[in-house]
Amino acid sequence: MNTDIFNVQVKIGKPWKKPPFVQSNLLRWVLITGFVIYLIAAYMTIDVNWSRVYEGLERGKKFVLAFTNPDFTSRSSDIWEGMIESILMTVASSVVGILISIPIALGAARNVSPLPVYLICRGIIAISRALQEIIVAILLVAIFGFGPLAGFLTLSFATIGFLSKLLAEDIESMDKVQAEAIKASGAKWTQWINYGVQPQVMPRLIGLSIYRVDINFRESAILGLVGAGGIGATLNTAFDRYEYDTAAAILLIIIVIVMALEYLSGIVRARVQ
Amino acid sequence: MPSQNKNGLKVWQKRTARESIFHWVLWLIGIMIFTYCWQQISKSTTWFFVWDAPRIATDLWTRATPPKWEYISQLGKPIWDTLNIATLGTIFALIIAVPVAFLAARNTTPSRFLIRPFALLIIVSTRSINSLIWALLLIAIIGPGVFAGVIAIAIRSIGFCAKLLYEAIEEIDETQVEAITATGASRWQVMVYGIVPQILPAFAGIAVFRWDINIRESTVLGLVGAGGIGLQLSSSLNVLAWPQVSLILIVILIAVVISEWVSAKVRGAII
Repeated sequence: MNTDIFNVQVKIGKPWKKPPFVQSNLLRWVLITGFVIYLIAAYMTIDVNWSRVYEGLERGKKFVLAFTNPDFTSRSSDIWEGMIESILMTVASSVVGILISIPIALGAARNVSPLPVYLICRGIIAISRALQEIIVAILLVAIFGFGPLAGFLTLSFATIGFLSKLLAEDIESMDKVQAEAIKASGAKWTQWINYGVQPQVMPRLIGLSIYRVDINFRESAILGLVGAGGIGATLNTAFDRYEYDTAAAILLIIIVIVMALEYLSGIVRARVQ
Repeated sequence: MPSQNKNGLKVWQKRTARESIFHWVLWLIGIMIFTYCWQQISKSTTWFFVWDAPRIATDLWTRATPPKWEYISQLGKPIWDTLNIATLGTIFALIIAVPVAFLAARNTTPSRFLIRPFALLIIVSTRSINSLIWALLLIAIIGPGVFAGVIAIAIRSIGFCAKLLYEAIEEIDETQVEAITATGASRWQVMVYGIVPQILPAFAGIAVFRWDINIRESTVLGLVGAGGIGLQLSSSLNVLAWPQVSLILIVILIAVVISEWVSAKVRGAII
């Protein structure tokens, strides 16, 4: 009798098992053990002062509670000035950054520009993307002095890398047929760009620009930490003085503005695409 | 098609007269806003320093070169800390982001009117605040150190990962889910066999992408005292040791390039 049952098992085959995510057996085990060893090593080297953390929880609770009762009034002039400065920096740097990044994007698209120009523009993009905003800000503050000018230059510089790269990719993947049709009508190079290329990439350019405005605002909030103007300085002071209610107010304003910008960009992108 | 009469010839125009006036007004307003912003910025700038900038820049350059290469022996531990902050931060963020994403996606959320807005609120609020600000806050709460950096990176990444993940969940193929449901699977089984296999590639891509960004961000967290190589950077800046600063900047650049390369390779292998 027993052997019959085994036969049935053989006849219906093995039960199904979920296929693993990484196909190769060896690679999977190497990855898992490597990961576990790394985790242990990382855990050993981070020394957490748990008693300090435990003490801090009380302050953490106070901060969370401060969000229910933010203090907009007692430092209102500082908050107001910082916010205005952040917005000014955002607007000015986005405009300048976008204006500069358009020619660079054209230069960095292989189907529009010759090889030497392409390499130079790709180099500019690589440098701008590799350098962190805050590091650029430190250097520019050292060179140009404290104030929003350093922040403005930092954000413009960062905008160039971001926007040119994505725009260049869009130009490279454009529809050749339309551009060729314009060329065939005897258009000059500028006319070709204006009527053959620009209408194709315009929706993407608008969408990316608005997204970048959003990013620039968020970044402008931290540039103040290194003295490059904006709301960051006020926020830093509020944390240093343990004025959590003021800090909560500033953070709430930042969140609301970012949400509003995101909502706006959603509407605009839906309209242009 | 808008056209204009010129000496009896119909000439093609891109826009009608009304449209072009509208465009000019928009441009005018834009330029006015920009001019105003620029005036305000220039008002709070000390222009003397700006005119002096080329001299200062060359001065800095001569101070910072050549980089102090032997200082690299002291950078091993900070680099290891930076890597830990980024990696552990990403892991913690993913652990929290996955449930948040499932609660936020329209097709998996248990309650559209109660829980979904709450999950979206978590996503927006963690996403819109920079990791440096989170680090500032956490240092005030739990004290300076690598741990504060890990938590700061983790909090900042929750919103990013959860947003991309819930968009991936909303875009899944419903027929596969239906097929699993038709076999009589429970809610959890539907999730594990119907939804998860569909979003797993997106999940791996998001994780690696965020890890790459986190490496960048964790290099500067030390500026506010949250551990990593930024700590060395800020102490070198404070004592104006420019040769050390330039070496640290080179190391950060190399780290960023390597992490970008790794993430591009891994994403290429997955997708």
